[in-house]
Amino acid sequence: MPNRPQPAFPEPNTQEYWEGVKAGELRYQTCNDCSNVVFTPRRHCDRCGGTNLATKVSKGEGEVYTYSVVRQSGMPGFREMGAYTVAYVDLDEGFRVLTSVVGAADPTKDIKIGDRVKVEFEKQDSGDYPIPVFRQV
Amino acid sequence: MEMKAQSIKAALDDAGLKWSDVDGLYDAQDGEGGGGLGLAAYLGFKPSVIDTTQVGGSSYEFQTAHAWRDITAGKCKVAVLSYGSTAASNRVAIGTGGRAAPIPTWASNMEGSYGGTLISNYAMVKNRHLHMYGSTMEQFAQISVTTRKHAMRNPEAVKAMTDLQFVGINEITVADVLDSRIIADPLHLLECCMVSDGGGALVIVSADVARDTKKKPVWIIGSGEATKYRENGGDITVSAGAQSGPIAFAEADVKPSEIDIAMIYDSFTITVATCLEDLGFAPKGQFGDLVKDGQLNFDNPYKLTLNTDGGGLSSNHPGMRGLFLLLESVRQLRGESTSQVDGAKLAVAHGNGGLLGGTHTGGTVILAKD
Ligand SMILES: [Zn+2]
Repeated sequence: MPNRPQPAFPEPNTQEYWEGVKAGELRYQTCNDCSNVVFTPRRHCDRCGGTNLATKVSKGEGEVYTYSVVRQSGMPGFREMGAYTVAYVDLDEGFRVLTSVVGAADPTKDIKIGDRVKVEFEKQDSGDYPIPVFRQV
Repeated sequence: MEMKAQSIKAALDDAGLKWSDVDGLYDAQDGEGGGGLGLAAYLGFKPSVIDTTQVGGSSYEFQTAHAWRDITAGKCKVAVLSYGSTAASNRVAIGTGGRAAPIPTWASNMEGSYGGTLISNYAMVKNRHLHMYGSTMEQFAQISVTTRKHAMRNPEAVKAMTDLQFVGINEITVADVLDSRIIADPLHLLECCMVSDGGGALVIVSADVARDTKKKPVWIIGSGEATKYRENGGDITVSAGAQSGPIAFAEADVKPSEIDIAMIYDSFTITVATCLEDLGFAPKGQFGDLVKDGQLNFDNPYKLTLNTDGGGLSSNHPGMRGLFLLLESVRQLRGESTSQVDGAKLAVAHGNGGLLGGTHTGGTVILAKD
């Protein structure tokens, strides 16, 4: 199993997002005042400054906006992983996440910008939180 | 810190000014014990303006804008900006290393689980650029080729490459770049800046002080600053330069087509490509036509010339390169560059700090010959 770094708490902006991940949900926020989609999670709307936010659950489907295959990394948990992807995925609900696209036999050849992907919650060797990653559909 | 002290002394000597003339201190809070609290004490200055703007590698373009503003407002007359870093000697893996985040933050909690390196941010921008505009690997490689050509003419760049044990200290071809190993797709090794030591200082003075300096001054005629960050639905191929550039050009009342020297922050080839476009030197997505066939080489008749000191790609990149963009712009406008462009009158120094593709800043400074 992979052993990606875990989120750490207390961190008030992202706590609810990660509680969602633990429950198998990809959560995002919308603003009740101006209907802006708010992501990365925070406690105010980045368009109007209001604090009247609603938490929603995404279907977890979207497309690859861009990606890179990291072939040289000195980071613990990744150094040993071999080539791995880092990607921005645009969710159908209108928010963009930094993530990884997993499951491609050869990530340097088998992933294209615009590919449809779906979230999965990847179990980790250690730590309480699975990590949301995406797989091509 | 001593590197800053020695650089400031050399810059003051070059201008014919004294240590005690300094009344404005600008610093990016890098290195041991520096910053607004400690640096003046170490150096022995009693400044009336202290500015510790820290916005990444473009901090020095921001500080230049602020020093110009502060001097115009009469708050100080002799401002110094300095930088010194021993990133190479300390073996700092800036591009590929991990960053320890002992205290969780908004950003670390959302991004720390994916192993993104500094380089992978830039690589994702390049990948999107290739996809959106049909730009080519060869076009990006041309930026490295032109930069190395200029580096080979700069003895300090050759020394840096020698000290860092570069393989093949010579001019390079597009094929050399594309044959170099991929660090993070689609960025090759020869599209990435080096990690070196380095330092420098800049003196910015009021017009009345400039009348009596030992060397002819170079004039600041425009500046712009901006930030950009990832937004839902945003276009990551557009940098903060798209905001800071037009502000600076409008203030200077010049057009990109009138510029002789473009000193563009070259952390990676993609940084140069996007910034050249965003500053208006090429239509968005079409930097390739601008850089083709060595058109931006110093000895090419085309008006614009790029990164004549050898850039971060081939001369130095100790972590925050912004100061060197200004220094080489000054050299060009005084006729002192090792890749001197005859009759250079106008230069743009554009710094990009932080992470292109993520949260970053753009600082544009336009300079004119005396
Ligand atoms: Zn709102």
